[in-house]
Amino acid sequence: MDIDKKLVKKIATLSKVKIEETEVERISKDLSKIITWVEKLNEVDTKDVTPVANPSDIKIPFREDEINDGKIEDKILKNAPEKKAGYFVVPKVVE
Amino acid sequence: MQNLKDWETVIGLEIHAQIISKSKLFSGASTNFGSEPNTQVSLVDAAMPGMLPVINKDCVEQAIKTGLGLNAQINKRSVFDRKNYFYPDLPQGYQISQFTQPIIGEGSIEIDLKDGSSKKIGITRLHLEQDAGKSIHDLEPNKSYIDLNRSGVALMEIVSEPDIRSAEEAQEYVKKLRSILRYIGTCDGNMEEGSLRCDVNISVRKKGEELGTRSEIKNVNSIKSIGQAVDYEFKRQTEIINSGGKIDQETRLFDEKKGETRAMRTKEEAHDYRYFPDPDLPPLEIKDDWINQIKKKLPELPDVKKEKLIKEHKISSYEAAILVSDKNNVEFFDKIINENKKRNPKNIANWIIGDLFSLLNKNNLEIKNSPVKAEDLGGLIDLIEDSTISGKIAKNVFEEMFKTKKKAKDIIEKKGLKQITSTDEIENIIDKVLNNNKDKVEEYKSGKEKLFGYFVGQVMQETKGTANPGIVNEILKKKLAN
Repeated sequence: MDIDKKLVKKIATLSKVKIEETEVERISKDLSKIITWVEKLNEVDTKDVTPVANPSDIKIPFREDEINDGKIEDKILKNAPEKKAGYFVVPKVVE
Repeated sequence: MQNLKDWETVIGLEIHAQIISKSKLFSGASTNFGSEPNTQVSLVDAAMPGMLPVINKDCVEQAIKTGLGLNAQINKRSVFDRKNYFYPDLPQGYQISQFTQPIIGEGSIEIDLKDGSSKKIGITRLHLEQDAGKSIHDLEPNKSYIDLNRSGVALMEIVSEPDIRSAEEAQEYVKKLRSILRYIGTCDGNMEEGSLRCDVNISVRKKGEELGTRSEIKNVNSIKSIGQAVDYEFKRQTEIINSGGKIDQETRLFDEKKGETRAMRTKEEAHDYRYFPDPDLPPLEIKDDWINQIKKKLPELPDVKKEKLIKEHKISSYEAAILVSDKNNVEFFDKIINENKKRNPKNIANWIIGDLFSLLNKNNLEIKNSPVKAEDLGGLIDLIEDSTISGKIAKNVFEEMFKTKKKAKDIIEKKGLKQITSTDEIENIIDKVLNNNKDKVEEYKSGKEKLFGYFVGQVMQETKGTANPGIVNEILKKKLAN
């Protein structure tokens, strides 16, 4: 599969990664190579194989419904670049 | 302009219902509403590096219960996926949700419509997911404030089939779903606090034709708004098509103040959530034993209760439907009837649906906060049934009870409203009335029979309405016949 420049830019936007115009060409080539390499797997016949959602064999562990966490607002907010009155403060985002 | 009757609306609803649980879906932080900001946030909810989600067993049980309540298939194996998008109230950068393999599959519910018919609405699926945090945009002009207390609270997203055809059906569907959730105790259904939220998918088409392009309406947060949003969209979409235009597939916001929908300002980057299985969570496996245990604990559902009310108490289907629409209504009704089995169920239903509901509505109160308690209404009904007061007086007494929270008995005693049933006493009063109105008595006897009502009125005035009307009529007739 070919990852063209348009798709590279779209992926960059979706993942909020900033790339320079001069890098697009190189990234497009690199990603295309990677995808082509992984596509080798398509050669395997998986018609009768159930998709694996998780590679490990462990069963999902359950928690009881108990409150035993929280009330650590100082820790939660510690690394926030900006905070006020117990809130995180971020650049305005409105729909 | 073409006839609008040729058109129909096709509606599917997505409901987000917050699960009732003490702690969050994947962490031990509290779910309590209205606490100080960021005090109910664990390191998992804040998406600190290296944190692992561990699923809350009760939340899974709540989803299974709900699935059973919706007559739906319980999937014994389901998978959690990451839904990727960026927004400040979603610290992980993805929401843990379920995409291709939800915990609950197809089901259905029955809704009752005004014309007396009922209709089955299909449920496509129900899946578990995390709620996001809350953003506050109006504290500063260029900043948003983020509170993560809600981040990670368990949600059930319940998706309906596009079986809904009108505003009424959409509203009844939400009411019915809410009532089921409340019966089984899996969501409190409070739309004002946002524990039940609704997105409306709506398109229009000429009857019998292919499905049209749909709009998704967000932010429809009351039963009334659902009706308004559907009516508005029907009008908007048919007008566009009738004038030769095309409907854009888009997300719109409902504006509660204007009763209108509008396109969202920022065109969302075409949804590209890049779902993939969350490697932090092995698939969710549910054993038959567990499902059977939950089945045994499942409380009576509204439809079953409704049939029981009709069969045991001989009340109408309409009355029963209103009573079961809210668990608190039925409890109120049951309490009155269980306290004294001799009470007439039909009268009880009438009092609750009529006088009680009308005063509750007027005062914007819920039945659980009613100033007149079940036992007090029961007491009033007893006093009507044993003829202590007339039905007419009872209505005034009831209003007084509602206002003052006093018992019927005390109000009746204090105000002297006890019905006069003694024939002697009534006869005396009638004599007095007839004596004072000799001219009218003559007119009556010479054929003006309409005056009978006048005499009854005079007697009632004289007794402040407390004379037993049956006895008054009987004696008056006898006296005037002479």
